[in-house]
Amino acid sequence: MKSIIAILGIFLIGATGFAQNKNAKASIKVDGVCTMCKERIEKASIQAKGVKMATWDVNTHQLDLIYNEGKTDLKEIQQSVADSGHDTQDIKAKDEVYENIDPCCRYRDQQVIDDHKND
Amino acid sequence: MKNLLYLLFIMPLFVFSQEKIAGTITENINNEEVPLSGANVYWLNTSVGTVTDFDGNFEIAYKPEYKKLVISFVGYKTDTISVYSSKRITHSLTSTANLDQVTVTARQKATSRSFIQAANVLSVSSAELLKAACCNLAESFETNPSIDVNFADAISGTRQIKMLGLTSPYILITTENVPSIRGASQAYGLSFIPGTWVESIQITKGAGSVVNGYESIAGQINAELQKPAMDDKLFVNAYGAGNGRFELNTHLNTKVSERWSTGLYIHGNMRETEFDKNDDSFLDAPLMQQVNVMNRWQYTDTENGYVGFFNVRYMNDKKQTGQTFFDPDKDRGTTNAWGSEIKTHRFDVSGKFGYVNPDIPWRTGGLQIAYSHHDQESYFGLNDYNIQHDSFYANLLYNSIISDSRHKIKTGLSATYDGYDELVLNENFNRVENSVGAFFEYNFDNLGDLNFSAGIRADVHNTLGTFLTPRFHLRYSPWDKSAFRISAGRGKRSANIFAENQSLFATSRSLNILGNGGKVYGLDPEIAWNYGVSYMQGFNLFNRKADVTFDFYRTDFVNQIVVDWENPQQINFYNLEGESFSNNFQAEFNYSPFAHFDMRLAYKYYDVETTYLSGKKQTPLTPNHRFFANASYQTSQTAKGGLWKFDATFNYLGEQRFASDESYLNTIGLSEFSPSVSTLNAQITKVFSPNFEIYIGGENITNVKQQNPIVGSDNPFGTTFDTTYVYGPIFGSSYYAGLRYRIN
Repeated sequence: MKSIIAILGIFLIGATGFAQNKNAKASIKVDGVCTMCKERIEKASIQAKGVKMATWDVNTHQLDLIYNEGKTDLKEIQQSVADSGHDTQDIKAKDEVYENIDPCCRYRDQQVIDDHKND
Repeated sequence: MKNLLYLLFIMPLFVFSQEKIAGTITENINNEEVPLSGANVYWLNTSVGTVTDFDGNFEIAYKPEYKKLVISFVGYKTDTISVYSSKRITHSLTSTANLDQVTVTARQKATSRSFIQAANVLSVSSAELLKAACCNLAESFETNPSIDVNFADAISGTRQIKMLGLTSPYILITTENVPSIRGASQAYGLSFIPGTWVESIQITKGAGSVVNGYESIAGQINAELQKPAMDDKLFVNAYGAGNGRFELNTHLNTKVSERWSTGLYIHGNMRETEFDKNDDSFLDAPLMQQVNVMNRWQYTDTENGYVGFFNVRYMNDKKQTGQTFFDPDKDRGTTNAWGSEIKTHRFDVSGKFGYVNPDIPWRTGGLQIAYSHHDQESYFGLNDYNIQHDSFYANLLYNSIISDSRHKIKTGLSATYDGYDELVLNENFNRVENSVGAFFEYNFDNLGDLNFSAGIRADVHNTLGTFLTPRFHLRYSPWDKSAFRISAGRGKRSANIFAENQSLFATSRSLNILGNGGKVYGLDPEIAWNYGVSYMQGFNLFNRKADVTFDFYRTDFVNQIVVDWENPQQINFYNLEGESFSNNFQAEFNYSPFAHFDMRLAYKYYDVETTYLSGKKQTPLTPNHRFFANASYQTSQTAKGGLWKFDATFNYLGEQRFASDESYLNTIGLSEFSPSVSTLNAQITKVFSPNFEIYIGGENITNVKQQNPIVGSDNPFGTTFDTTYVYGPIFGSSYYAGLRYRIN
């Protein structure tokens, strides 16, 4: 009897060990300058499979995410954001995608950054 | 000069020769950039780094392949900045201590309409509420074109509001989302909420949400009250007006513990001076006294995600009106003099409890519970009217998302109980209404140009029956700064025919209910559909912000309790047979032509028609055309926080139809339509510091007056006595002054 409980216990521990967090939280750095960027970044994140909530802060450039670890990981989410034209902390957006975003969102351009300072 | 030339020659060399980037790292302390020494500066994924010196300066080797510069310091948020050239870098680090407080310093407009919400919602901030210095919720809409404040009836002095051409019973009025001005308090309830208690107001045009019930037809008005944790520690407002009205408001707020705050809000008003400027022997404005005390407790536990509010309120209001020589002790119940007293006690207790899961922020739950006891004792000449109303309301709400935050859901259960006990002339009416219901609302937001909310609720009600209430709102923004909105929804309610039409008692009319055995006074429930379309466009005009809004709303009654004033000797209540509708078109233009100056212009068209026994007619005392203009200007703030504010509001009302036919109206000195009316209000506020300000103002500055507002005033117990033919101001101009003092 005891051994059955022990085995069950081991199985349960194993199960919890493998269970992935359905509401994993992460905060990553994403480059951008304005509310239009915010819309694009949040849209790109939320459209990635498994992302439940995405909030990007214009001032801190921090993208707060809640996502299902069973369905996606941070790399995939960052790829989705980079594909929309925004550099993330680990993945840089392709230049041709970056070139296609709205001129007022060109966060790599110091001039554009300065223009948004008074927003 | 020569040296300068040398320098110019050397400079480019210097620039080319250097492979370093220089910069300064600062931190923001009280809006001043202060050098930050000892901060680490390094290129991402390299070992190239340095530390800022005592003045926050640094120099670091630069190569074009270095793109990301990391700046870090203990106690500050680490920043990574993209570097594309060797330009000098100035960067401010944020202390982790203020990370969660981001302050935005843009001057927010006093009234704003959202470009992104699905429903057509106007938010009115406390700044807008200050534009009309006086005094209660009814009057706070005077600077807002979406709500029409009607002239008081000739007796009670109470303002009635209208939205989309429909009177306030068709508007769901909530305080902190709990239905509050309904049932017995319908007639005078807005004057029972002091203006200073109101923190902000949200006005939803059209059907509204299913979350707060099934009663709203024309729209919804929600008043958020002052929150003890946010309101001033001490706030005092004193007001006095030439029309004899005095008001005193005191707020005391204190933090009791880490999580508890409490506030005590005390309001008193009175008018003891008698005015009869038009010499009709009747008071132009009632004598009144009100004491209104509220205690609020606020609980906030952000760590675990619990918030709560608990309120207790007691209100005692007395009004006396009628002939100037009327003495209540001697003349009540006699024909010596015509007089009226309205005495109201009200007791409210309510609680709100909310939970936000700190780990899963979209999962929130809330419970609202409210109980009120309302007791009005009154007489109007020889007519007695008493009403007691006990009301209980509970609403349990749960919010979550489906798959991701683009798909939000709200669902919950609600229960209501209303017990009415009325004495009308010498007949008793008792009625109990109760209901339980469930609601579900789905919100979709594509985080861009489209969002909508679709809601439905099902209620089981002892007198209204079992019914569904669908509501729908959609917003689409095809291009920049635009918002197209559509809405549709159904509302259902039982009409409290006496409480909502109390002015009928101050007439010599006979009262008739032409019922068909329905459950509410022998009448059926009121049912209406409301549809609306709206287009809003923001743009720049001469480089200044402007926006324009066009709204069209239609309300179609399936059943209505028709209030028929057409026969001058009678008032008749009956179920609608035929058509009854309200069409409303509004065009609004907001513009800020120069700094600190805002103007708002609005034109409104109303076509409100009801089928009476005598045929389809425009609803009486509802103008077809209204025009509204508001201008406000404030000077720049001085170093001490002082400034001047100027505000003016103009209202034009086109001619209004009087009830009953032309030949009768001619015998009482009126014609079929009233003349048009224009009124002007203005106010000047001098803010000395954030703590103290005084204001003066004038209401109805052009001194427009309706002559002979009381028909048959020479014989108030005769057959033609009627106080309801009021289309304009009775009082004429009146000036006021007041002060506000606050300690934060």
